[in-house]
Amino acid sequence: MERIKGLKCRECGRIYPKEAIHVCEFCFGPLEVDYDYAAIQQLISQEVITSRPTNLWRYWELLPIDGQPVNGTSSGFTPLIRADNLARLLGVEELYIKDDSVNHPTLSFKDRVVAVALNKAKELGFDTIACASTGNLANAVSAQAAKAGMKCFVFIPADLESGKVIASLIYNPTVVGIKENYDQVNRLCSEIAGKYPWAFVNINIRPYYAEGSKTIAFEIVEQLGWKTPQHIVVPAASGSLATKIYKGLKEFQKVGLIDNAETKISVAQAQGCCPIVTAIKAATDAIRPVVPNTIAKSLAIGNPADGYYAYHVVKDSSGYGETATDEEIVEAIKLLAKTEGIFTETAGGVTLAVAKKLIEQGRIPRNESIVICITGNGLKTQEAVADKIGKPTIIEPNLASFEKEVKP
Amino acid sequence: MAIMRLSLRFTKKLVPKPIIYQLGHDFKVVTNIRKANIDEDLGWMVLELDGEMDEIDRAVEDLAKQGIKVDPIEGDIVEG
Ligand SMILES: Cc1ncc(COP(=O)(O)O)c(C=O)c1O
Ligand SMILES: [Zn+2]
Repeated sequence: MERIKGLKCRECGRIYPKEAIHVCEFCFGPLEVDYDYAAIQQLISQEVITSRPTNLWRYWELLPIDGQPVNGTSSGFTPLIRADNLARLLGVEELYIKDDSVNHPTLSFKDRVVAVALNKAKELGFDTIACASTGNLANAVSAQAAKAGMKCFVFIPADLESGKVIASLIYNPTVVGIKENYDQVNRLCSEIAGKYPWAFVNINIRPYYAEGSKTIAFEIVEQLGWKTPQHIVVPAASGSLATKIYKGLKEFQKVGLIDNAETKISVAQAQGCCPIVTAIKAATDAIRPVVPNTIAKSLAIGNPADGYYAYHVVKDSSGYGETATDEEIVEAIKLLAKTEGIFTETAGGVTLAVAKKLIEQGRIPRNESIVICITGNGLKTQEAVADKIGKPTIIEPNLASFEKEVKP
Repeated sequence: MAIMRLSLRFTKKLVPKPIIYQLGHDFKVVTNIRKANIDEDLGWMVLELDGEMDEIDRAVEDLAKQGIKVDPIEGDIVEG
């Protein structure tokens, strides 16, 4: 039984074969994996899923690879933590953190999408994998390519945080730092992807790659005991994660794993780069590109490829969107660390700050269940908080000095 | 050889100009308009350029220099 029929244009519905293509030849709409849900319903069940290892491949039937996964088998199934300390502070009853700051192998949710992209790239016969990234994606591609024995090229802006550059270089890919402004970086990468026969995870492999994000939704549902939360708050850059979380919930319903998928999806962006939230607030799906200016570099996408779809997910699910300033981002990073013992990167700061706002505004009622997606690790963006968290107390190596300076 | 698919956006003062004709004239690229909407004060276009990569580069640079907003079809390519 064929689980995957092919690729399908999201706009005009034209059908394409399962190849390394991502835009419709006719209308230029994005292509998406086209599953046979009736066939999948016959194969999948809670029992089948729970009998498998705790990684994202336990949802194999709903992922776009034909064979069994050989790579990326440490990714996914991150903790869903009941966040009672934070809940008390925010004044809500039922709050969870989906903690992808400890996703394997490179500590961000991007390991999920790359795990899927890499297996698919191998199935399609590629020996080289590539991406254009501001950090997390480059880390995930570099690490997983090393393990899979694939050649690897990552393209990054020349002025990236050193933590994220080192966390790619260590795996020995070819790292290319691109000078010049963002528009030109984008255009160049698109050109390179068109010329070289490489699996560019977020360009020609994008229809497959993006499916990996659904596994966050699958895991949340399973970890809540096969129930959906009433709210999920997600960070948005390209808007793909938000779109795929919604899709994942709907798919679980379609194949009969849950009865309802009424979760409201709300998106979080930095005030210095919020084209999707601006559209949500203005109630128009025409996304206006912006020039990013925020400490949340992993969310700094000014012309989001899936912005239109993220907008509709938020509207269709009755969620909302909000933004966070740089100060609010830092405060939220500290708040999460102080209350739940989780050190997240700037993207996580954006998400928590926005969740807090939506609760305060009454958009998220205090008695409803809420999941906040924390998608990256704070060790990678230390410069964002380094001078805002105090310093160690320095003392002489004697008890008197300890008691005088520390005052325990 | 490479094919590059671009989205072009331009404003009023560029609307009456023979941009595509000139591009095919000045550079060794095959231009192919795949979709477009141009009215009195605004225009957008999906344009394919077929040619050597550095020739495409130079053609794009020239478009940008004239004040046309040139983007890859798929939105931003660089991801978090
Ligand atoms: C840590 C982190 N969270 C969230 C996102 C947003 O994902 P998307 O582009 O799917 O909206 C990214 C990357 O873009 C990221 O690096
Ligand atoms: Zn189409």
